[in-house]
Amino acid sequence: MIAHAIFFYTFSIIAVVSAIMVTASKNTVHSVFFLILDFISISCLFIMIGAEFLGMIMLIVYVGAVAVLFLFVVMMLNVAQQKNQWFAGQQSSKHIPVGLIISTLIFFEIIIVIGGWKYKPEIFDINNSISQTSISNTHSLGQILYTDYIHVFQISGMILLVAMVGAIVLTFRQRSGVKRQSYIKQISRERAEGVEVLEVQSNKGVKIDD
Amino acid sequence: MIDIGLGHYLTLGAVIFSIGVIGIFLNRKNIIVILMSIELILLAVNINLVAFSIYLGDLAGQVFTLFILTVAAAEAAIGLAIIVVYFRNSGTIRVEEIDKLKG
Repeated sequence: MIAHAIFFYTFSIIAVVSAIMVTASKNTVHSVFFLILDFISISCLFIMIGAEFLGMIMLIVYVGAVAVLFLFVVMMLNVAQQKNQWFAGQQSSKHIPVGLIISTLIFFEIIIVIGGWKYKPEIFDINNSISQTSISNTHSLGQILYTDYIHVFQISGMILLVAMVGAIVLTFRQRSGVKRQSYIKQISRERAEGVEVLEVQSNKGVKIDD
Repeated sequence: MIDIGLGHYLTLGAVIFSIGVIGIFLNRKNIIVILMSIELILLAVNINLVAFSIYLGDLAGQVFTLFILTVAAAEAAIGLAIIVVYFRNSGTIRVEEIDKLKG
């Protein structure tokens, strides 16, 4: 139990500090790196609490895909030298109190809800926990995901397809001046437009207009 | 303090959620950091769902965490595509210079 507490406090302190650094760091690339650190520590918490499949999926999806996507966009847009100015600018000064007030209000609302919660005592009964059963977390998640939640699963696949198509359609652009091969133009080429028979007079060349 | 329970995880989720809200409000730099704050908020929601799922012994919370993960990935892809298109058209993604809609 003491090891559980030590690991929980270590990973949660790392997560909170790196979340603060995501919003406060001056360089956008550093923000992305702290976001990666945040995801890694939270997925360590998930693995520790017993949801190991979600922890691993989070490592793969967030650290492997989403954070790399963020890094690509940050480096492609060349915004790394635009420094963070949320302490310096004149316009930003009126945003800081409003943002702090609203976020502390939200925080204390959630804390009041958590603190006023009456837990049923059998929640903390360790025999009730799903980590005590013989089959693994991944196995039981697969059993429930492909039977009870199969329609939601299919819909989430459709969401991913729509997101992929949308991202490609949004960022696709037709560049001018690029020579492309057109198969239909090549195939439908006739003899009349390719070859011309000319009467060439002697001592005079052929003038080609194109 | 030593006995880690459900309340600890919910408090961690609340802290990260509030940091995400602070990041949305206080950001003056560019929209990418706002997208990252939205990812932080979704992460806090995931922490809450997983903690409840473990402590209640119900796997539905973890299933819905998977769906939140899916939707967050799709949202990040679409949002970053929109940012790339906007940067291509206007040359800036600074928050205070994006005022085309006069909001």
